[in-house]
Amino acid sequence: MLHILLERLRQGHRTVAFPREMPPLPPRYRGLPVLSDSPCATGCPSCAGVCPTGALGADEAGLFLDLGRCILCGACAAACPGRRVAFSQDHRLASSTRAGLVLRPGTRPTVTPLEPARLKLFSRSLRLRQISAGGCNACEADTNVLTTVVFDLGRFGIDFVASPRHADGVAVTGPVPQNMRAATLATFEAVPDPRVAIAIGACAISGGLFAGNPETTGGATPHLPVDLFIPGCPPHPLTILDGLLRLLGIKTP
Amino acid sequence: MEFPYNQAIALAEAPRLPLARFRQDVLTRVAAGWRVLALFALPGDDIPEPVCLLGRDRDGRLAFLRAEPTLAYVSLTPECPQCHLFERELYEQWGVVPEGHPWLKPVRFTGTPGRPDLPRPGPGVTDYFQVRGEDVHEVAVGPVHAGIIEPGHFRFQCFGEEVLHLEISLGFQHRGIEAALVGGPDRRTVHFMETAAGDTTIGHSLAHAAVLETLAGVAAPARGRAIGRVALELERLANHTGDLGALAGDVGYQPTMAFCGRIRGDFLNLTALLCGNRFGRGLVRPGGTAFDLDEAVLRLLDTRLEATRRAAFGAAELLFSSSSALARFEGTGRLTSEAARDIGLVGPPARACGLPRDARHSFPLSGAGAKDIPMQIHDFGGVYARTLVRRLEMEASLDFIDATLADLPPGPVNRALPATFPPDTLAVGLVEGWRGEICHVAATGPDGRFAAYKIVDPSFHNWFGLALALRGQQISDFPMCNKSFNLSYCGHDL
Repeated sequence: MLHILLERLRQGHRTVAFPREMPPLPPRYRGLPVLSDSPCATGCPSCAGVCPTGALGADEAGLFLDLGRCILCGACAAACPGRRVAFSQDHRLASSTRAGLVLRPGTRPTVTPLEPARLKLFSRSLRLRQISAGGCNACEADTNVLTTVVFDLGRFGIDFVASPRHADGVAVTGPVPQNMRAATLATFEAVPDPRVAIAIGACAISGGLFAGNPETTGGATPHLPVDLFIPGCPPHPLTILDGLLRLLGIKTP
Repeated sequence: MEFPYNQAIALAEAPRLPLARFRQDVLTRVAAGWRVLALFALPGDDIPEPVCLLGRDRDGRLAFLRAEPTLAYVSLTPECPQCHLFERELYEQWGVVPEGHPWLKPVRFTGTPGRPDLPRPGPGVTDYFQVRGEDVHEVAVGPVHAGIIEPGHFRFQCFGEEVLHLEISLGFQHRGIEAALVGGPDRRTVHFMETAAGDTTIGHSLAHAAVLETLAGVAAPARGRAIGRVALELERLANHTGDLGALAGDVGYQPTMAFCGRIRGDFLNLTALLCGNRFGRGLVRPGGTAFDLDEAVLRLLDTRLEATRRAAFGAAELLFSSSSALARFEGTGRLTSEAARDIGLVGPPARACGLPRDARHSFPLSGAGAKDIPMQIHDFGGVYARTLVRRLEMEASLDFIDATLADLPPGPVNRALPATFPPDTLAVGLVEGWRGEICHVAATGPDGRFAAYKIVDPSFHNWFGLALALRGQQISDFPMCNKSFNLSYCGHDL
């Protein structure tokens, strides 16, 4: 017993101060893409051919980047001769709407808290059933990590539960393969109303890298009324936590 | 034909063998100690050609056997059980019937292209093996599990608490990766590799890098490969640490579970120091790595590694000195080395059965010493042995990382590969990921692009090992047995 206590002392207190303070992110972290509003050279094709998910495009209004498809690989930033795309250290990527993820120069995704009826029910206790539907286990792992001592999700009244019957909502990861479509819908249907749906990662938002593949169905978005979109491949745990907290009206850095 | 693992071969040099000869050659080699690394099909002109890749651990030789085009042949499984899942896949994916296969059921429930008359089965809908009798009952679990875990379906045949048989039915995670790779490489290819099994991003992207480098006949620069190998060992450390914590959690031993939960993250954060992403996305690229390490990063790595090493071994020490935890591990979920050999087990579960199988020793990556990371073997075959092997491997990995970072080769980290690859050529990439041997095989067509790309995650070999390990065990020991293998669903389903 004594050696357990001694080891506990050696391991120390390791819960991050978030949301009171922002823990440091790795210097090479690729966060929120920033688009420059200076016009591209006419007909410049540099970035068009490099995006693996077709997230980047241009129209009459200029460059746009669909953060719901982006896997933050940084290929566009490396390809653009005019540095019109850059990846910042900003981890706040979540959005309440799908359209809000389509970034243009000067815009950023925003989260509005749930409407009063659901906010009242869930702001101090939100139980989620996680559904992995074709996720590669990276989104799953960085969701799961929120329940460790580092992030200590329980202190916000949020927890992941074993049964959809015990849940207030679902958090879906993955592009929802054909083979998981029925199970995903059945799990959501088993959650009593009122409920929330959250899409975590590019695959769950848009199909990501697998969009258009006949074995997948475009993620959670076509199937569920998604309340919160959390982009990334996978999103950093702080990106997920930040999105969840803001959905519940909790202020984050 | 035989060849060294790190050389490409022209497909024209591999003769199309008559079916009886193909079958006999596979059986003869397996009897002589070769292992089946992959059994799949090349598209052929019209009718698929079954091919088998075998490997010999002691000298890193590979054998590539190619059968004449066919839609049926006599199944290898009754005489060579390690082919059982490959043959089911061959039937499902290519419509080639292994006649006499004892259990020709779906693998990924995609339907059989060669038999458009058969409807696509519902996921998990098949005939399950059933035990009948008084007091025998069946427990069905999944596809959606009780935690944050990938989906799969498990059927336990139980007599009281005792599991007589477990059948594991997967395919829910099938995302069509292999089909999407045909015609590549293209701008999505490396990203498919990084997400084939997302917790093995480095392992799969290194295997892919080895394939393309072998195809092109270009070796990655020593510095780039060393950084890639450091990342591979960090991936092993993160996951082994997570597994020790999860195993502790499954027997209700909270301290190690809580500590390892965060130490696992500390290792992931070290990978993020290398490339900005906790899983190593964007780090390994064919020809080397996309990032170099400067002095500042090296110093930071060194300090954090030292602290994380102490924390990890402190947490492991508690687990291994808890008699109540060890009492649950010892004697549980045993596999004999004969069974492990028969079913072609790989990785820590194989080494925990006393089988010296480690791709880092048999098929070292270019620039790697064959034995610079000592192999950890135990012969008890159960949960305890699989846990201990992981603990010992963590130590070996940390020693390797320390030594490598202290003496990182100078020079560039990446060498550009040619834009085109040789036509009608086959190359293999073998990497010892944290779960075991990852095997990638690419065959180019006349245009030098992938005509077929086969990915074999170690989980493909090992899921059946878990099913066997559970025989005769209490059903309440399943979580612990499962965690002691910790296999990938998406890596299996692709």
